[in-house]
Amino acid sequence: MNVIHFFLQHHEEILELTLEHLWLVGISTALAVLIGIPLGIVSAHWPVWNRPVLGTANIIQTVPSLALFGFLLPVPWIGARADRLAILALTLYALLPVIRNTYTGIRGVDSSVLEAGRGMGLTNRQLLFQVELPLAMSVILSGVRVAVVVSVGLATIAAAIGAGGLGEFIFRGLAMVNNDLILAGAIPAAILALSADFGLGWLERCLRPR
Amino acid sequence: MEPTSPNQLVIEFREVLYVLPNAKPLLQDLNLKVFSSETLVLLGRSGSGKTTTLKLINRLLTPSSGEVRVNGEPTAGSDVIRLRRSIGYVIQDVGLFPHFSVERNIGLVPRIDGWPAERIRARVEELLHLVGLNPEIASRYPHQLSGGQRQRVGVARSLAADPTILLMDEPFGALDAITRDQLQREFLALQRRLKKTVVFVTHDLREALRLGSRIALMEAGRLVTVLSPQDFLRSSDPLAASYVQACGEGLDSAANRGRS
Repeated sequence: MNVIHFFLQHHEEILELTLEHLWLVGISTALAVLIGIPLGIVSAHWPVWNRPVLGTANIIQTVPSLALFGFLLPVPWIGARADRLAILALTLYALLPVIRNTYTGIRGVDSSVLEAGRGMGLTNRQLLFQVELPLAMSVILSGVRVAVVVSVGLATIAAAIGAGGLGEFIFRGLAMVNNDLILAGAIPAAILALSADFGLGWLERCLRPR
Repeated sequence: MEPTSPNQLVIEFREVLYVLPNAKPLLQDLNLKVFSSETLVLLGRSGSGKTTTLKLINRLLTPSSGEVRVNGEPTAGSDVIRLRRSIGYVIQDVGLFPHFSVERNIGLVPRIDGWPAERIRARVEELLHLVGLNPEIASRYPHQLSGGQRQRVGVARSLAADPTILLMDEPFGALDAITRDQLQREFLALQRRLKKTVVFVTHDLREALRLGSRIALMEAGRLVTVLSPQDFLRSSDPLAASYVQACGEGLDSAANRGRS
């Protein structure tokens, strides 16, 4: 019952940090989509780019998150503010699933559909926007979904460099050995992750080609 | 499009060679003429070069040497998008866009060309009638259609922008025997009305005899001979004879059913 009491008492701060958390995840996911989808398209269409692009994204993924925050600290402009730094790191992590799924989705488009489209005289751009991307959309979206769910968890660590978000509660709770505080960060984060997972999963099913 | 009088030269292959890097030629020494309103059938086994020949016409492939001319112009110099839009293309796997309704599939090229919506709708209805489909299926999606219906939609789609040339790559190859028979019959009726210049790829001699005005026999990347269906049956060419023999009895009627 202690937890509920704590939540009621601190609901304003919880809301504030949840919004901050959402902001970090939202901006970084949006950036990852804006960068990742074009990179995925490039590596699907020009096989030469496939290995360097996916390889780099893979390597970034293997860097431990705290270390990545540390590495980015000396970068000018970015390192100047904790939230910029957190957003950049989260964006880098979110890139891999977005790029990989864009690549897979586009490569998965039935070759007879592409041949028919090309034979009908569609330009490459028309083929991309009218055929390839719509057909790959559900696969791309499932990549975005993975990126969001991972980001929600990772963003809690951003509090370690002072970027705010629900990690604040968790780190404070760890320092004070206070479970209520830890739960005040962990529960909203879990709810965020689950609802993002559910919502995007639903959208994905709607867009899945029959 | 220039007006086409009978027997006007429409497609011409001149000394065409097609090679992939580090491989033996898929097609060599090809000289072939296709005339207006005829159905030229490319007959051959898999790997004989018939699909390669077809794809050289709408420049899905470009010749390694030699020249392909469509309506007197070398395809190499022409605007490839315009060239393809002036040529209907039907393939065995149909390749309908699974995320588009039948209407949008058929109306895609007209829509890209900026036709008004009303005219597209009328054209789609007209084409569905033409290929023997109920216009009510216009709002359905490809996965809701049978194989025969899908290929009919494929044919309708290829005719949408009223091309003078139609390329068909084993269009009825994946259908069951009864549906295939029906579609072949409809193709003949359609061709009698539309008088397109058709290049039709098949490995089935019966289909070739039934649909073709002339049959171009291909083997291992070379054109062996070009014959009328009647002459094909009587040909002394060993390869043609082996086709006839492999096919067994009753071919005469197949060769004559198409004409009349």
